[in-house]
This record gives sequence, C-alpha cells and structure tokens, in this order.
Amino acid sequence: MNSKTLTALFTLGRKEIVRILRIWSQTILPPAITMTLYFVIFGNLIGKRIGQMGGFDYMSFIVPGLVMMSVITNSYGNIVSSFFGAKFSKHIEEMLVSPMPNWVILFGHVLGALARGLMVGSIVTVIALFFTEIHVYNIWIVISTVVLTSVVFALGGFINACYATKFDDIAIIPAFILTPLTYLGGVFYSISLLPPFWQSVSKFNPVLYMVNAFRYGFLGVSDVNIYTAYTVIISFVVILTIICLYMLKKGIGLRT
Amino acid sequence: MTIALKVSNLKKTYKNGTVALKGLDLEVQSGEIFALLGPNGAGKSTLIGIISSLVNATSGEVEVFGDSLNKDRNKVKSHIGLVPQEFNFNMFEKPMDVLVNQAGYYGVPRKIALKRAEKYLKQLQLWDKRNGMSRMLSGGMKRRLMIARAMMNEPKLLILDEPTAGVDIEIRRSMWEFVEQIAKDGTTIILTTHYLEEAEQLCKNIAIINHGEIIQNTTIKQLLTTLDIETFILDLDKKPTDEFLSQLNAKITDDYSIQLDVKKSEALNDVFKKIDAQGYKVLSMRNKVNRLEELFFKMTQKDNNKEKSA
Repeated sequence: MNSKTLTALFTLGRKEIVRILRIWSQTILPPAITMTLYFVIFGNLIGKRIGQMGGFDYMSFIVPGLVMMSVITNSYGNIVSSFFGAKFSKHIEEMLVSPMPNWVILFGHVLGALARGLMVGSIVTVIALFFTEIHVYNIWIVISTVVLTSVVFALGGFINACYATKFDDIAIIPAFILTPLTYLGGVFYSISLLPPFWQSVSKFNPVLYMVNAFRYGFLGVSDVNIYTAYTVIISFVVILTIICLYMLKKGIGLRT
Repeated sequence: MTIALKVSNLKKTYKNGTVALKGLDLEVQSGEIFALLGPNGAGKSTLIGIISSLVNATSGEVEVFGDSLNKDRNKVKSHIGLVPQEFNFNMFEKPMDVLVNQAGYYGVPRKIALKRAEKYLKQLQLWDKRNGMSRMLSGGMKRRLMIARAMMNEPKLLILDEPTAGVDIEIRRSMWEFVEQIAKDGTTIILTTHYLEEAEQLCKNIAIINHGEIIQNTTIKQLLTTLDIETFILDLDKKPTDEFLSQLNAKITDDYSIQLDVKKSEALNDVFKKIDAQGYKVLSMRNKVNRLEELFFKMTQKDNNKEKSA
C-alpha cells in the first residue's frame, strides 16, 4: 500500500468517524436507550421469572446477545445510511472521480461501520454492568467475533446501499430480514429449547453462529460448535467482500 | 504540443436504449481552454461522465495525457478535476472539510491539503465561509466551492460543466479571471456552457456536439467567419420613415432605433453613406445578439432538421 492510498483510507475513515460523532444523538444515543430498556424489561423484570438459561441467570445469558444485536444493527445501519446518503446527495461522486482504489472505498466505509458497531457495543456492555456481572471466558473470542460480525453486516449494508435507489430500499432489508434473523438468532434464548425441527431450521440462520460464538467468549457456552461458527463468519466475510469489490469494479448501482 | 484528451469512437447506449454517443472522436491540446457546446440532451454530460469515470462507456477509448481509461483508470482519474453541473458535495459538511476530504481521496496529505484549501478558498472568495455549513452557501458560492474542490488535486485537465449557471455577472467575471489564470498556469480546461459569450471570451477552440456526434470542431475565430451576415442595432437622431427603412432593408425596433443585416462582404462605410444621404445621424451602434449564439442556433437547427428527415 503506497502513501497516497493510505492517506485516502485515513481520510475516508476519519470522515466516517467524524460523521458518527457529529450526529451522536442519532447514532450513539438511541441504541443505548433501547438496550437499557431491553435490560430492564427482559433482563430484570421478566428475566427474574425465567430463571436460568444455559447454566447462567437469564440476565447474564442475554447480555452477549443484546450487545451483539446492537453491534449488528448499528454496523449495518451506519454503512447503509452513510453510503446511500452519499449516493442520494451525489457526493459519492467525490470518491468515484478520485483515484482511490475500490478496496479503499469499501474498507473506509467498513471502518466507519466497525467504529460505530464497537462504540455502541462498548456502551451497551457498560450499561449491562449496571444490571449484572459480566463474565469473560475468552477475551480473544469476544474481540474477534464482534469485529468479524460487524464486518459481515457492514459488507451486507454496503451491498444494500449500492442496490438501493430510494429510502424504502434501505428500510426493507433491516425490517424484513435483519430484525427477524437477529431475534431468531439466539439472542434471547438457547435453541436447545426449540423442537428438533426448529433447531435444524435455526442452524441456517448465520446470526445464530455469531451470537453464540460471542456468547461463548463471555460465558464459555454455545449452542453451536465454535469452529463451525468461525467458519461460517469468515466465509461470509470473504464472500461478501468479493461481491462488494465486484460491484464497485462494475459500478453496479453507482455508475450508469 | 501534447494531447491532453483524446476520445476515439466513443459510444454510449443507456440501458433504456437511449443512444447518447454515436462513436464520438475528439482531441484537445494541452494548455488550452476548450469549449464544448451543445443543446440539452446532446451528449455533453455523458461524454464528461465517461471521461471522469462516472459513466461506463459502451465502447471506445479515452486517453488523458497519454494514459488510457480502459487500461489505467486510476492514473487517468489523477489527472482530472471535475466541476459538475449539479451540486454534488455533502451539504452538511463545512466547505473546508469538503476540500480537505477531496484532497485526501487523491492522496494529498492533510497538512498540504489544508494549505491548498486556504489558497483556493481565498482565491474564490469563500474563506469567510470556510467553517459554516455548506448548504447555507448561496448558489454562486456553491459553484465556486466546487471549482475549489476540483483544484485540490491540482489537475492537469479541469472539466467545467456549466460552471457559471445561475451566477451573477460580477461573480461570473471573477470566475472567468480565475479560469484564465489557472489556464495560464498550465492547466488544460474543457468548458461546457450555455452562455456562449463565455465560450467566445475564454476559448480558442470549440466543438459543437448534437445527437451524440461532433458536428463542428474548429477554432472559434474560424467558426465565426462562416457567419456571412451580422445584425446591428443603430440608434438614430430622429424617427425613421418607411421609405428610409425600405431603402436600407432595415426593421424598426423602437421609435429611434433600427435593426440592420449587413453582409460580411459589404463595407460598413457604404451603409453609413446611405444613412447619411437620407439625412440621418447614427448616435450609437451595437451587435443585436451574440454572434456565436446565432451560429450555434443555426448549426444545431440544421442538424436537427437533417436528423428528422433521415
């Protein structure tokens, strides 16, 4: 990587992070409030009646899932709103006319999404400390799964933003695909509670692997094999990266 | 002299079947201000879009300072600065950030970018506005911001797509001065404009594009010689009579003014002699319309008629 490419990457990453901080009341504050409500309602009020799950009290069980849910939603939301916003107001052209390589355009935006995902994830984790003790079984699994998952959803959001031509197009995927996958991805329950058929169906949901790998990092328990989880997550990173770079090369959704 | 831009057999057909360019060829020499004219929908913006990598060509070749767009797109991009027709910067960013970020995308280090931004913001009279919200700028200021942004990579080829649209006369003239200055400093400029006076004032060479083809590519001087009639407005010292008008083959425009078509081959002295012989004095005289405008209208009309009859 030459110094010009590095400067371009730094510029784009910086711009994305400045944007997140400039509109903190839209990017940081809402997920913090939403997750606090989840902790109060599901963890504290309802959770006490549920008892134990996976060998831990319900609050401790859902903390990794809720952190991961906020990381997924915010990584996806950040890249979609930033990239589609740039397309909509045409300032995407500032990047397209520049000699910045395609991978820098992609990686710069992914960096922004990762930054927001991690910022929100960290805040949610701190909020969780007010409700329960947090165990950390393996910090490296925690860090690697949260980073990789954030990247997966950033890449997914990038594809969505490329194809989107109107604001409806960036609302449909989160509402009809992302939210159901996340809610059914083992955030609030262990799939061992489901009948065998639905357990098998659940294993087609990639979010299940991400949530469980992350939970494994905290609690040391998981509904899926940790190596399978990493294989699934890394495969998604590789496949989505190839798709994104192909779209950028061909200018799909960007150049007429 | 080196060739700044060479476009060969460039074709573009959009997905909806619209043929925007039909095998266009064009050459622009380095160091000149080149005018690209054409009516709306002629293919100017498609051509500019392809050169600046915002539109994919269907086929053909574009070379900028010898570098091929098909072979080394990023090298070509590094030569170009673009001022598009529509505002395309982030309205929620500060002008200073718009410029520094653009420079960063071209790999210009932040320290240099900040100095460069200061230079161009000052030259284009936007320095006072550098830390406000870009959307609060007036239309003319927004256009100047886009010019400053296009200069941040110090391009060898600057493409200005109607840069003075909606800009008042004073600002337009200051923008012309800026453009002339950067051309003097060695930047090649391609200018599209609807103000033909602007092209006449700034450019030496001109290409007229219509229906996706170049219908004229010559010097402005040469082009203007093809006009065989010039129209003048003469202000007289008294009201012209019908007899006087018919003798001169002139039309009355108001009580004391007449409109007169004069052939290029005809000496103005002879015209004045005729007027003098009738006992009239000419108090003042001016061209009726911009000459280039008249020519442009004739050429595109002729081309449109050809297209219709084909």
